[in-house]
Amino acid sequence: MSTTVVRPPQRKRETVERAVIRFCGDSGDGMQITGSQFTNTVALYGNDLATFPDYPAEIRAPAGTIPGVSGFQVHFSSSDVYTPGDATDVLIAMNPAALKVNLADLKPNGILIVNLDDFGENDLRKAQMTSNPLEDHSLDGFRLFSVELTKLTRAALKDTGLDTKSMDRCKNFFALGMCYWLYNRSMDSTLRWIEDKFKSKPVLVQANRLAMQAGYSYCEATEAFQISYEIPPAKLAPGTYRNVSGNSALAMGFVAASQKAGIPLFLGSYPITPASDILHALSMYKNFGVITFQAEDEIAAITSAIGAAYAGALGITTTSGPGMSLKTEALGLAVAVELPLVVCDIQRGGPSTGLPTKTEQADLLQALFGRNSEAPVPVLAPCTPGDCFWIALEASRIAIKYMVPVIILSDGYLANGAEPWKIPELSQLPEIPVHFETNPVDFKPYRRNPDTLARPWAIPGTPGLEHRIGGIEKQDVTGNINYEPLNHERMVRLRAAKVEAIVQEVPDVVPAGDPSGDLLIVAWGSTHGPITGALKAARAKGHRIGHVHLRHLNPMPKNLGEVIGRYDRVLVPEMNMGQLVMLLRAKFLVDAQGYNKIQGKPFKQSEIEQKIEEMLD
Amino acid sequence: MSTATLPTPLTKKDFQTDQEIRWCPGCGDYAILSAVQAVFPELGIPREKFVVISGIGCSSRFPYYMNTFGFHTIHGRAPAVATGLKIARPDLEVWVATGDGDSLSIGGNHTIHMLRRNVGLKVLLFNNRIYGLTKGQFSPTSEIGKKTKSTPYGTTDRPFNPISLAIGAEATFVARSVDVFQQHLKDTLRRTAAHKGSAYVEILQNCNIFNDHAWETLTERDARSENVVQLEHGKPLIYGKNRDKGIRLNGLELEMVQLGNGIAEKDLLVHDEHHPRPAYAFMLAHMEQKPGFPTPIGVLRQWENVPRYEDLINAQIKEVQDKRGKGDLSELLHAGDTWEVHP
Repeated sequence: MSTTVVRPPQRKRETVERAVIRFCGDSGDGMQITGSQFTNTVALYGNDLATFPDYPAEIRAPAGTIPGVSGFQVHFSSSDVYTPGDATDVLIAMNPAALKVNLADLKPNGILIVNLDDFGENDLRKAQMTSNPLEDHSLDGFRLFSVELTKLTRAALKDTGLDTKSMDRCKNFFALGMCYWLYNRSMDSTLRWIEDKFKSKPVLVQANRLAMQAGYSYCEATEAFQISYEIPPAKLAPGTYRNVSGNSALAMGFVAASQKAGIPLFLGSYPITPASDILHALSMYKNFGVITFQAEDEIAAITSAIGAAYAGALGITTTSGPGMSLKTEALGLAVAVELPLVVCDIQRGGPSTGLPTKTEQADLLQALFGRNSEAPVPVLAPCTPGDCFWIALEASRIAIKYMVPVIILSDGYLANGAEPWKIPELSQLPEIPVHFETNPVDFKPYRRNPDTLARPWAIPGTPGLEHRIGGIEKQDVTGNINYEPLNHERMVRLRAAKVEAIVQEVPDVVPAGDPSGDLLIVAWGSTHGPITGALKAARAKGHRIGHVHLRHLNPMPKNLGEVIGRYDRVLVPEMNMGQLVMLLRAKFLVDAQGYNKIQGKPFKQSEIEQKIEEMLD
Repeated sequence: MSTATLPTPLTKKDFQTDQEIRWCPGCGDYAILSAVQAVFPELGIPREKFVVISGIGCSSRFPYYMNTFGFHTIHGRAPAVATGLKIARPDLEVWVATGDGDSLSIGGNHTIHMLRRNVGLKVLLFNNRIYGLTKGQFSPTSEIGKKTKSTPYGTTDRPFNPISLAIGAEATFVARSVDVFQQHLKDTLRRTAAHKGSAYVEILQNCNIFNDHAWETLTERDARSENVVQLEHGKPLIYGKNRDKGIRLNGLELEMVQLGNGIAEKDLLVHDEHHPRPAYAFMLAHMEQKPGFPTPIGVLRQWENVPRYEDLINAQIKEVQDKRGKGDLSELLHAGDTWEVHP
């Protein structure tokens, strides 16, 4: 028996610690899918990673134009990964517009793969380019590979019977195949995905498989690349891992909370970018008894969740900035009637419609203070995509225990970014005890638990507990309508004291890095990654720096003031005009300095590093 | 000798609260409250199963005076709060008390979407054609030209006909009654209670402070029989002090006719609550807008067999659970591609 063995040409294979790849093209070019597939493959291999999908608000801006450029960046490594990477090692640009938008982030001598077939005169004009960068030596500082991606894909698919347009839709998989060769990755998981995704259309299974294999073989056969790279698996903590994005982690967290509490989950939601994926995910989980209600508007989304909470369900609502504004009055109602509720604000650039697909963290002060009168609400913020799972559980637990609406502030970067996530054991999940009042003897709807100041959860249908609640000021204990001056002040103070009491749930902060020293960085939300990376780099240079990342923004950890006092200076990087820094200055009378970036983009690690240097100069 | 203790039947008193009622003396709301408190005990439903939800306005104080579960929410949003409640607990008997400003102005969106979904809620619309709690501005049902505090030269707003709006939103039960027609109101409330899906009941109600005599042409003893036609399923549309007037259908037009002179009852339009064509109910709803025509009261439409929203939602959950089995949290967390990192 003889088999033909095709020997790959002997070429150099170099082992490197990390790489950053960005796929970019037109929003119709399938860049998000290409990036996700590459991510999945490197995750399964065991690399640590972080991703950054960056896509336009327009579904299909005119093809080939600057506004239509969509990108997906993945940073993967054999050691820790904190961010999707400041600059890219490899840039795949499917057209001139994508090249123009993304070239600035390619490292000197980085690998640049472009689709030669899309660099005609017309394509250049659409990207507002006056000369062809492939010919004018402007790309001399990079390792340029001009590949006829369209022609080669068509050639590979010539026997499929597909029309040209359909064949061209597969060229992203040709590019993906090239990257798999470049980083010595198996195509198996993507092949499985293709088979599942297109199982009702066998011709597309065949076409995408052929395109990807053709891309891989192209690199193998043409010797275009004289070098390929190897990035060994990372040394992550032992356990079972999967990839999660922030939004999918939030959705799973709420299902887990509902299961732990033993009450059904009710999501009232109105579609809005970048929060809609939570609605999509939860609508798949009906086998967990999850009720998803796509409401007529943002107000009905929150008020239906309040109605469900009144009925004894875990009521939640998900939105982004403009929707958050619309929910304001109803949040005040939830504060007044003291029902458990979780509101997720997946922040995006604003004001108004702002930058729907870009990230920002400028809703902090709105979350804390954006209601009429004194209406305090606990506010939590996840710091990584995987942390979104835990924050959902924590918010649900606090909401139920304290009979209070809770706001979760995530953002577009966490929502769409993905990272490897160690799957917890069910025994690691917190208990969420639920007590529905059933005793009618001397029942009072606003009699409080002395430890938590929570009022009883007395749900309709319970004999003998018939009572009325509402947004009008109510008498302490009885809940009857009451306009007396001293009663009002007492109720305002009680509602505030209840939220303050939640501090007993908040663990003391332990700074990362140095426990005291020259500089403390205090931050919250999705800035966790770049700050962690920058902290490591700055400490390696000998600076004594600590980092506190707040997950609880209201109430704040009780030792925070003491921790701040241990450092000479305080730096607060935020993707806003300085909101947390304002709170810290007011609360602790500390001369904290803000570092603010409001570009719809996360901080780069290098930006934080540079700021640290400036502060310590 | 009796062996089983039958539950004591509920009475009107069981539905009264100890709260001081803060409506103005002479307000039509008292009559509506009294009728509801009279009808609820007849329904054979335990008191704890009743929930009354309201928005903002004079009418929305209603829950405080009903000894049931009650939730006084925010302006216009009662149908949305009630929808969440009803989906989560389809076994509850949920009534919504609202007004012309609450339901048709600030809450218009929730009203139409609740009706199109056919959520099993009973909505009592107290229509006094004025904003009472804010002391006398025009409402979306105020007649055009009306002089109010905010329209000293008269309104320029065309009003809504709440019945038309509900029909247009595909409501499965649409009725109208009048605060002072106690017997008719109670009968209408019984019909409302019996309907499974969304029930929308416009109750013409007098605000004796800011819009007194709003419905006088319908409620004055002398005028009542001439200006009101009471709809009853399967019966001809007859009205008038001597019951000598009727409504006849001529093509797509309704016409008023005098009985006698060759026109008999058999020539009149016979009311069909279940008429499948929206045009029929619209025609009745618009009758009062034709000069000289009477105002119809009673049940304008009742569509059976339209599934309730909360039943569809819960049936879908059960269907998925039957097919896929009850969700397993560990399976959910491990879904998709996973990999092991060994020590």
